[in-house]
Amino acid sequence: MGLRIGADVGGTFTDIVIELADGSYASTKVLTTYEAPELGILDGISQIATEAGVDLSDVEQIIHGTTLATNALIQRSGARTALVTTDGFRDVIETRTESRYEQYDLNIVLPKPLIQRADRYTVTERLNARGEELVAFDETGACELVTRIAEAGYESVAVGFIHSYRNPVNEHRFRELLLAELPDIACSISSEVSPQMREFERFNTVCANAYVQPLMASYLVRLRDELKARGADCPLYMIHSGGGLMSVESAAEFPVRLIESGPAGGAIFAADLAARYGRDRVLSYDMGGTTAKVSLIENYTPATAKTFEVDRTARFKKGSGMPISIPVIEMIEIGAGGGSIASVDTLGQIRIGPHSAGSEPGPASYRLGGIDATVTDANLELGRLHPDTFGAKDIDLSPELAADALIHSVGQHLELDAHTSAIGIAEVVDENMTNAARVHAVENGKDLTGYTMIAFGGGGPLHASRLLDKLGLDELIVPPDAGVGSAVGFLRAPFAYEAVRSFYTTTQNFDVDGANTILAELAQEAMSFVREGTSVDVVVERQIAMRYKGQGWEIPVTLDHGPFDDMAAELLGAKFTKAYEEFFGRAIDDLTIEAVSWSVRVASVVEPPAQIKLTTELGHGGDTPSQIRTMFDPVTGDDVDGSVVQRTALNPGSSVMGPAVIVESQTTTTLASHHVAIMQADGALLVHRRGQGGAQ
Amino acid sequence: MSINRELHNQVMWNRLISVVEEQALTLVRTAFSTSVREAGDLSAGVFDSTGRMVAQAVTGTPGHVNTMAAAVGHFINDIGPERIYPGDVYITNDPWKGTGHLHDITVTTPVFHRDELIGFFASTAHVVDVGGRGYGPEAKEVYEEGIRIPILKWAERGVLNNDLVTMVRWNVREADQVIGDIHGLAACNETGRRRLLAMLDEFDLPNLDDLAGFIFERTHSATMKALENVPAGTYTNTMTVDGYADEVTLAVMITVTDEGMHADFTGTSPLSSHGVNVPLGYAEAYFTYGMLVALAPELPNNFASLAPFTVSAPPGVILNAQHPNPVAVRHVIGHFVTDLTMGALAETLPDVIPAEGAGALWNFQASARQASADDPKPPIEILMFNSGGSGARPALDGITATAFPSGVRTMSAEATEQIGPIIIWRKEIRENSGGYGKYRGGMGQILEIGPTDGYQFEFSAMFDRVANPARGRHGGGEGAPGAVYLDDGTRFPTKGKKTVPADRHLIMELPGGGGFGDPAERAPEDLENDRRQGYVS
Repeated sequence: MGLRIGADVGGTFTDIVIELADGSYASTKVLTTYEAPELGILDGISQIATEAGVDLSDVEQIIHGTTLATNALIQRSGARTALVTTDGFRDVIETRTESRYEQYDLNIVLPKPLIQRADRYTVTERLNARGEELVAFDETGACELVTRIAEAGYESVAVGFIHSYRNPVNEHRFRELLLAELPDIACSISSEVSPQMREFERFNTVCANAYVQPLMASYLVRLRDELKARGADCPLYMIHSGGGLMSVESAAEFPVRLIESGPAGGAIFAADLAARYGRDRVLSYDMGGTTAKVSLIENYTPATAKTFEVDRTARFKKGSGMPISIPVIEMIEIGAGGGSIASVDTLGQIRIGPHSAGSEPGPASYRLGGIDATVTDANLELGRLHPDTFGAKDIDLSPELAADALIHSVGQHLELDAHTSAIGIAEVVDENMTNAARVHAVENGKDLTGYTMIAFGGGGPLHASRLLDKLGLDELIVPPDAGVGSAVGFLRAPFAYEAVRSFYTTTQNFDVDGANTILAELAQEAMSFVREGTSVDVVVERQIAMRYKGQGWEIPVTLDHGPFDDMAAELLGAKFTKAYEEFFGRAIDDLTIEAVSWSVRVASVVEPPAQIKLTTELGHGGDTPSQIRTMFDPVTGDDVDGSVVQRTALNPGSSVMGPAVIVESQTTTTLASHHVAIMQADGALLVHRRGQGGAQ
Repeated sequence: MSINRELHNQVMWNRLISVVEEQALTLVRTAFSTSVREAGDLSAGVFDSTGRMVAQAVTGTPGHVNTMAAAVGHFINDIGPERIYPGDVYITNDPWKGTGHLHDITVTTPVFHRDELIGFFASTAHVVDVGGRGYGPEAKEVYEEGIRIPILKWAERGVLNNDLVTMVRWNVREADQVIGDIHGLAACNETGRRRLLAMLDEFDLPNLDDLAGFIFERTHSATMKALENVPAGTYTNTMTVDGYADEVTLAVMITVTDEGMHADFTGTSPLSSHGVNVPLGYAEAYFTYGMLVALAPELPNNFASLAPFTVSAPPGVILNAQHPNPVAVRHVIGHFVTDLTMGALAETLPDVIPAEGAGALWNFQASARQASADDPKPPIEILMFNSGGSGARPALDGITATAFPSGVRTMSAEATEQIGPIIIWRKEIRENSGGYGKYRGGMGQILEIGPTDGYQFEFSAMFDRVANPARGRHGGGEGAPGAVYLDDGTRFPTKGKKTVPADRHLIMELPGGGGFGDPAERAPEDLENDRRQGYVS
C-alpha cells in the first residue's frame, strides 16, 4: 500500500504529514528554511519517515503547498521582469483604481507597482471590446522592443494587451517574436494566465506570474530532484489556491496559482470534515501565529472567488494589496494571530495587530526579548495557556514577563491591571474575528445562523468557543490533527482546475453559439490540466458570473449540463433571479441580465469520506484524570477553578464540562463555564453549550 | 456583568460600527448607480432616539458626513414624533434636508425595541436619475433639476406607500433602477435594524442610550484633545478656482476656541447662475472632513466628533445656496472646501497640511448619440471617473492620479468599452505635471478618448484647475494646470455643452498636485528616480 505525504511550507513552520496505511496520520513541524525551503521539507520527511518506520520508496505521492510565491511577491524578491503592454496603457498597474483605500489618512502610501515604470514598454496594437482589430500589430516596433529587452537583460517578460481576454492573437504574436530571439527567457501572457476582463487586475496577475516564475520553476525542479535522490521517486503534485492539485509542470508555468495554497489546504481540510460529519453549513476557522482565516463551506464545498488580494499592506485593509485574478478559495484573513501585538490608540481603545511578534522575538512570555503584549501573553495570563502544558517543547512560558508586557502595552494607558488588560485583549481579538466572520458572511450573501464551526491551526481551538458564543452558533468541532490541518487537507484535495474567461452577452440578446463555444473551450482547458495528474472519473461544474444591467457586482449562477439552445436566455434569467433572491432577499422585475465571466471547473472524483455520526450524549467514556487551575471565564466574567484535561486521555464518549482547557501537543481547546465537550470516536471534540443538543 | 465596564462598552462600540459597515456593504452590492458602487457615493449610519448619530460607516464621500448626520433630526421633526410607528420607512431627497442635491436619496427607518423607539437607521445613495434636465449644471433653478421628494412615509407600519412609489416612478428615467435603489436603501436599513436588535439582546440592553452616552463622551474628549493642536485664534485663506461661468474665489476664516472650530465663508464669490452652487451643509461636510483627517484621523464619525465643527456664510455666496438655487453638481465647487480650509492651518500645522491638489474630479459624463441621421442608433450614456494628482505631503510625494478629498475609484477601460461606444486610446501618467518641491506633487494623467460604432459624444464639460492650478506649499511649485483639446489641435472649452464628432479624439490633460517644500532640497535619489521612471524629463 502506497503512502502519501503532505508538505505545507508556511511562514514560520513547515508541516509534514504522512498518511499511514491504517488511515491515521503522523506529523511533524520543522522550522521553515527560508533560503532553501526544500531543505526543510527534505529534513522533515526524513525525520518523520524514521519516526513512523516507513521507507521513502513506499511513498506513492507527495503533495506540496508553499508560501514561497507569496513571499517573493511580498518581499519583492522575484526576477528582473519587463511588462509589455498596449500603447497608451503603460501605467495601468501604477495608477491602480485611482482611489485611496483609507479615507481618513493624509499620509497614505499606495502599494508600489510590481514592475516599475522604467521596465514597462508599449507596443502599437489595439483591439476593441469584441476582439476586432482597431490598430494593426506593429511588427517592426515589436521587433525593436525585443532587441531592447535582450539588451537590458531581463529574466522574465509579462505581456498584457487590452482586450486580449477576448482575442489573444497579438499576445501570442509578441511571444513568438520574443522567444525567437530569446528562447530561454521566461514569458507569461495575460490571455493564458488570467483571461478575465479588467486590465488592472489582469495585468497585475500576469506581472505577478512572470515575476515569480523563474524562482518557482527552479525551486520545483530542485525539490523534485532532491526527493528523487533521497529515494522518494514518486510523483510530486502542488496544491493550488483553488484547493485542487496540479502537476509540477503546470505549477512551474503558472506559479501565480500557488499563492495562498496553504490556507486553501485548510479549507479543504474543513470541507472534508464537514462531509464526514454530515454538516452542510460550516464556518472554517483557522488561526495561526500571524493571521486568522475564515471561510464558508456549504454542501461540503468551500466558497470560491475569481479574484483576491495579496500583500495587503495596511492592516489587511481591502484595496491596500495587489489584486490577483485567479480562481481561489474565498476567505477573509485578518491580522489576529497568537503573535499579534496589542496597543492602545488615541481614543483609548485597545487595538490588536496587524503587527505580529512572529517567532522573533515572539510573544513576551517566550523569554526571547519581546516586550509587547501579544494575544498569547493574554491567554497565558488568563490561565488558558500554562507553562506546563504549552505544546512547543523548547519554549518555557513566563507568566511574569507576560504580565509585565500586558501592563506595558495596555494597562498603563488605561489604568488597568495586567489581568483586566488580558481580558480586554482577548475580548477585542475575539470581537475582531467575529466581525470579520460576519462581514465575510454578508459579502457572500449568507446568514450564519445554523452553521457549525470547525476550528484548527495552533490558535483556533483556543478562541473558538468564545467565537461560537459571539456569533450565536450552536456547535463547534475541534478535529484531530487540528494543529497541522492544512497539510492534512492537501491529502484530501482532488485534482482540479478551474478555467475562467470573460465573455459578455445579455439575456436580451443571448449569443448561444458564443456561449457554447466558450464553455467547450474552457472545459477542454481545465480537462487538460486535470489529465496531467489523473485518469480517474471527473466532475465538471460550469458557472457564469451574472448581474442586472447597470450593476457592478456579479453573483455566480451554476449551470445545468448540456449545451445552450434557444431557451437558454429564459432559463438563465430564471436561474439568476433565484440566485439573486438568495443573496439579497428580493429580485427586480423586467431588467436585462448580463453575463460577464464564465468558468468551468473539472475535478477528479474523490471518494466521499466515510460518514461519522457525532454523538451529543454525555458521560459514557468513564472518568478522565484532570488537574485544577484558575482560569478566566468570559461567561461569568470571573476567575474560576477549571479543569485541565489531556486530550489523549479522553475516551470516546467521555465529556469535559467547562470551565476547562483540553491540552494536546499542537494546540489547546478552551471551554467557558457553560460549554461542554464530548470526545468522539474519531478523536474529534464536539463542543456546545450545556443543556443544548447541538445541531443534530 | 463583572467584566470591566470600559471594555464592555468598547466591544459594543466596535460592534455598532460593524453593524453600519454591514449596512453600507449591502447597499454597495445591490446598487445600480455607478457612483454608489464605483465611487462609494453613499452613507449609512445609526442614530439614537433623538436623532443624534451614534455610528457611521466609512464610505467614499466626505460630503455625506455632516449632511446625513443632520438629516435624521429633520425626519423626526417633519414626520412628527407621534406619527413614528414600527414598520415605517421615510424618504427624502430635499437638498437642504438631505445631502445637498436631488440625486441623493436618503431613507430612514425607525427602530423599536421592547415597544420603545430606541433609534433610527439612515442611508443615502446617489441614484441614476431624478428626472428634470438630467445630471448637469444647466438648470437655473432646482425645479429644473428633477423631482423633489419632501420628507414622506415610503412605508407605514410595513405597508408600502404605493401612491408615492408611482409618483416617483413616473418622474424619473430608468425607473426600475431608481426604485430598485430606493428599495435597496430600505433593505440595508432593515439589515442594520435586525443586527442592532440582536446585539441589544445579546448584551441585554434596553436601548442605545447608555452606549451612546459612552461613545459621545469618549469621542468628545478625544476630539477636544485633538483640537488642542491648533492654538485659539483666527486663521484665514482664500483660493481661486475656475468655476463655471466666472472664476470663483473661496474665502474662509476659521475661528478656533476651546469649544471647537468655526468656519465663516464671508468673502466667497456670489452664487452662480448654474447648478454648481453648494448648500451650506455640504460645505460644512468638506470643512469637517478636512479638519478631522488632519487632526483626528482615528476618530469614528458620530454626533460628538462633528459637533465642535460649525460653519456660517452670508446669504448670496456660492457656498450658501438656498432654495430654489440650482445645486445639482455642487461637488465641483464643494470638493475645494477641504483644500481651502486645510490651507488656512498650513502655517500652524506645517507637518500635517499637504499642498493643494487637483481637487475636483474630471468626470466624463457623455451622451453617445448617432453621428448621422442615416444611421439610427439607440442613445447610450457613458460615465467615467478620472482624477488628477493630489498635493505633496509634508514628508511624502503627492499621490498620482488619485482623488482627494473624494474617495472615488476609476472604472476599468475594458469594462467601460464593453458598455458603451467609446474607445479609450490612452490613459497614462502625465509626465512633468507634479509640482516641484522637496516632495513632488502627485501627477495628473492624460486621457484620450473617442466615439466609435457610428456615434458622437455630447457632453457637458465641467473641468477645473485649467486657469488656476493647484498651489504648492512652503516653497513647492504649482501643479500643472489642466488642458482639454481635440486631436486635430482644436482647443476645447472646459465648460458648457460640447460635441466630440465621430472621427475625433478628445484629449484631456488632468492637473497635477502642488509641491511641498523647496525643490532644491529634494533628495538626489528621488530626483534620479523621477528621471529614470520618466515622471520628470
